[in-house]
Amino acid sequence: MTGWPILSTVTFLPLVGVALLLLMREDGANGRRNILNISLATTVVTFLASLFIWYHFDNSNVGFQFVESHPWLGTGIGYRVGVDGISMLFVILSTFLMPFCILASWNAIEHRLKEYMIAFLILEVLMVGVFVSLDIVLFYVFFEAGLIPMFIIIGVWGGKDRVYASYKFFLYTLLGSVLMMLAIMAMYWDAGTTDISELLKHDFPPQMQMWLWLAFFASFAVKMPMWPVHTWLPDAHVQAPTAGSVILAGILLKLGGYGLLRFSLPMFPLASDYFAPMVYALSVIAIIYTSLVAMMQEDIKKLIAYSSVAHMGYVTLGIFAANTQGVQGAIFQMISHGFVSGALFLCVGVVYDRTHTREIAAYGGLVNNMPKYAVAFMVFTMANVGLPGTSGFIGEFLTLIGAFRANTYVALFAATGVILSAGYALWLYRRVVFGALEKDSLKGLVDLSGREKLILYPLIAATIFFGVYPAPIFDVTAASVDHLVQNYSAAVEAAHKVAALVN
Amino acid sequence: MILYKAIVFLPLIGAIIAGLFGRAIGAKASELVTTGLMLIVAALSWYVFLNVGFGAHEGEGPIRVEVLRWIQSGGIDVSWSLRIDTLTAVMLVVVNSVSSLVHLYSIGYMHTDPSRPRFFSYLSLFTFAMLMLVTSDNLLQMFFGWEGVGLASYLLIGFWYTKPSASAAAMKAFIVNRVGDFGFVLGIAGVFVLFGSIDFTTIFAAAKTYLPAEGAAENADVVLNLFGMHLDKAHAITAVCLLLFMGAMGKSAQFLLHTWLPDAMEGPTPVSALIHAATMVTAGVFLVARMSPLFELSHTALTVVTLIGAITAFFAATVGLVQNDIKRVIAYSTCSQLGYMFVSLGVGAYGAGVFHLFTHAFFKALLFLCAGSVIHAMHHEQDMRFMGGLRKKIPLTFWTMLIGTLAITGVGIPGTEIGFAGFLSKDAIIESAYASELPVAGFAFTLLVIAAFFTSFYSWRLVFMTFFGHTRADHHTYDHAHESPQVMLIPLFVLAIGAVLAGMVFYGYFVGEEQAEFWKGAIFYGAENHILEEAHHVPTLVKWSPFIAMLLGLLLSWYMYIKSPSTPKVLASQHRALYNFLLNKWYFDELYDLLFVRSAKALGRFFWKKGDVGLIDAYGPNGVAARVVDVTNRMARLQSGYLYHYAFAMLLGIAALVTWMMLGSAL
Repeated sequence: MTGWPILSTVTFLPLVGVALLLLMREDGANGRRNILNISLATTVVTFLASLFIWYHFDNSNVGFQFVESHPWLGTGIGYRVGVDGISMLFVILSTFLMPFCILASWNAIEHRLKEYMIAFLILEVLMVGVFVSLDIVLFYVFFEAGLIPMFIIIGVWGGKDRVYASYKFFLYTLLGSVLMMLAIMAMYWDAGTTDISELLKHDFPPQMQMWLWLAFFASFAVKMPMWPVHTWLPDAHVQAPTAGSVILAGILLKLGGYGLLRFSLPMFPLASDYFAPMVYALSVIAIIYTSLVAMMQEDIKKLIAYSSVAHMGYVTLGIFAANTQGVQGAIFQMISHGFVSGALFLCVGVVYDRTHTREIAAYGGLVNNMPKYAVAFMVFTMANVGLPGTSGFIGEFLTLIGAFRANTYVALFAATGVILSAGYALWLYRRVVFGALEKDSLKGLVDLSGREKLILYPLIAATIFFGVYPAPIFDVTAASVDHLVQNYSAAVEAAHKVAALVN
Repeated sequence: MILYKAIVFLPLIGAIIAGLFGRAIGAKASELVTTGLMLIVAALSWYVFLNVGFGAHEGEGPIRVEVLRWIQSGGIDVSWSLRIDTLTAVMLVVVNSVSSLVHLYSIGYMHTDPSRPRFFSYLSLFTFAMLMLVTSDNLLQMFFGWEGVGLASYLLIGFWYTKPSASAAAMKAFIVNRVGDFGFVLGIAGVFVLFGSIDFTTIFAAAKTYLPAEGAAENADVVLNLFGMHLDKAHAITAVCLLLFMGAMGKSAQFLLHTWLPDAMEGPTPVSALIHAATMVTAGVFLVARMSPLFELSHTALTVVTLIGAITAFFAATVGLVQNDIKRVIAYSTCSQLGYMFVSLGVGAYGAGVFHLFTHAFFKALLFLCAGSVIHAMHHEQDMRFMGGLRKKIPLTFWTMLIGTLAITGVGIPGTEIGFAGFLSKDAIIESAYASELPVAGFAFTLLVIAAFFTSFYSWRLVFMTFFGHTRADHHTYDHAHESPQVMLIPLFVLAIGAVLAGMVFYGYFVGEEQAEFWKGAIFYGAENHILEEAHHVPTLVKWSPFIAMLLGLLLSWYMYIKSPSTPKVLASQHRALYNFLLNKWYFDELYDLLFVRSAKALGRFFWKKGDVGLIDAYGPNGVAARVVDVTNRMARLQSGYLYHYAFAMLLGIAALVTWMMLGSAL
């Protein structure tokens, strides 16, 4: 690769947009349009730039690529970025979803549009930053700072209980952050570096691994979110504006899973092995419990939010199954869930913009006057249910296979999600879309506008394309995942041998 | 190679054209495109069938066509690929013949419906998914087809989406099928763990030497820990087969997972004929036949298959006796006939099972399409209590339906190979059930013969109530009853020919003398499995038993509905409890509603209100929040003050960290 710092470029490109926005004035239709156009152009250019990363990515290389490293302040800390097969696609996912968020906010945001867009662009910088960081302190900064624009987006542009929602979000996150901070300090103390690629090679003492694992887990479990620290998610989703929900479900929820894959599994293999049964239990509870709760929701967004928790249960399951199928399935599930759940929230946004209600009971019979919308919603519902041929299936199936290899009980309970997801998703679809068009408030609704088609159709294409031909994703992840799984099993096996010798 | 791809993908192209551009090109064009493509595909399938089943076969083993990579992950390596052997060829013929005829028929049946492009698109989509299922070369692609047909079925049952009962039935069908899929997915995982692959070629090759010899040391080795059981090779294969069979039970509406099929009759009648009679519901039978190399390894699994099949055949037939909706009678009859097929699979007579699948497709599709013709004539009346006397009004429908009835009840000359389609295939099943050495074979045989009696009774009851006697319809409807247009009658004639000849022509190949050359190993018989041979040598009384049962059923039906039409009412009132029990389908819907639907809802509400809100939130964030609010109240800065706290705390943390590290590196 040439010396061009492509990762930094992609990460900080949105700041150019921010600078331009700061120069703009918001008054009048012209000002508004300029702001929207600049934001859209920035995110699209960022996405296109990020495609260069994918294009130049070497699938066979298990190490970090496009690495940039600059020491800072003569401490151990440095500005280090790079991607491998595990993180690269998350970068693409983040940049891919941003233009849709801008488009979804086109008319929905009525006041303080400029600040709103700035918040989103900064959020993009921070999200991408998390995935490219190769220094644990840098990671921590991006990871925690990313929540601030999200608080603001919910707190300022959210629904009527927005203060409560962002407050809950904050409280949950706080505890995890503090613990993770302490863990990072401890890691530096033990390994003498904050460089992630060095830390990956470092063997932490078994006892210490346990504490570190727990501290990291506290933070990541909240972000996933795992049961029982999931209750912030439904509230946050319900209160967030549509685009906020898309980012929340599409990217923020992936931070936890990414963290587990980047830190917990490779750096603390013994602890991961030790705690795996607990994670299985929490994941299975998440799948069954939240699926049942999802079924009974009366608010569309809450229902989808709970279904996200259930889907993330498969992710944690796959990660801690710690075999190739499990981990690859988990990554695939995260990517797929990224755009499928994002798309579902966009679908909710489409009708919310028209009727300003999220009550399921307020809908019914939309297929009669919104057939195109019905098709789009059907595709994403089926992807949510995990129908083969959509991207939702592949992750679910592989994580189940991975879980089955690790522990059949876990697979048995997790597989009930196959039934339950059909239950809540189809019931929702039936209540919202099918039926006769009887409610007066719905009779005047018009089908998808050009802008909405522009949002939903590419996502439909992606959902089906990756369901039929997921190879591009597996090609990227395969080498890194194999490497990760091999190192993990080697470490666990070695520890078992030592234990056997001692006994 | 392009030939096979054309067969599978032309229906998809048709579905896409009608689905995406239906509005642009118009309903007429959509019908013509999809139907035209289906007719081509059907012709090609017959060519393939003759070539593969009877032609000089080129090379060894099945034909395999690679299409595209799909999932590669560790040991899992599956592609989109097509596998064509005799079993596939049989299914191709069944699926594409019935599908093309149903397409044709629908042009007439649906001609007043405003959303015809959508309907034809769904039909073609279904056909595509079904073709993916039967041509799959691995379990996962099969699962793709499996769920694809489920989706198409869901869409078609709910086709008239403004009817609440139709949407409910569609949802029920999908979810009940998912219960089966739950087992199927675990079964696939089990196969992967046992064989390290889910490719048919690899699995079947490994299955031949899978079981260790008697007394070998590895007999006791644990190969699979399943749900707390430590299973050796023999038990592991049993468990895997049973999990796969659970999938088959869902799709083929077998006892306990049958509840969705009768409700599926909410869909338009051509859909019932294609999906819920001839093709999709036989996918379970196909699955077991396809996996015969595995099922042959486990007597326990086969016993369960036999048992479930026999119970289904009997149970569904009893319910069919008292139903009044013309489509529901046929639906229960389908359910019952599927039970027959599973019995024959269970006793190891796979060929007979697939043979019945083949003949059943013709006569059951015929019966449904005739019922559709009746409903069409009666202005969408489906209740047989308001029919009667239609023989003169719609004679062609009557005659074709009569042929269908003769076929399903199994009319033929016992001891010979002359008879209607159902005679040869059903009798082959009953004879093999008798000849089998499974412990439940006797039980299965008895239930099947009784079911044959019931089948004859309700099939003739349907004919008598619909076509004979005085009409019970209102004047207007009866006077306006009219024969269906040509486009609907032609499929009836074609299927009627099939219902007459399919048995006699193909008996020798499917189960008779030429079966080995015909199947060419596509269906696997274990070394000790001589069931087809033994079935030929059962006692004469056994050979005559289904015939006698059929005659008795016909006579009883004739007595109750022609000779003395008051008898049924008297009987029903005398045995009120039994009648209600049957009429309400053994109360399965009520039971499941209580056990699963209501309890799941109650549990969901409990977890939500008591778990999330009552416990986690109350003691978690809200509890903390209450404290914090106290504090912040005092500071009189309630509004979003926490944000600054957060940012501040984080900055503080970073500052502390950096300072500490700088100090650390200085030391």
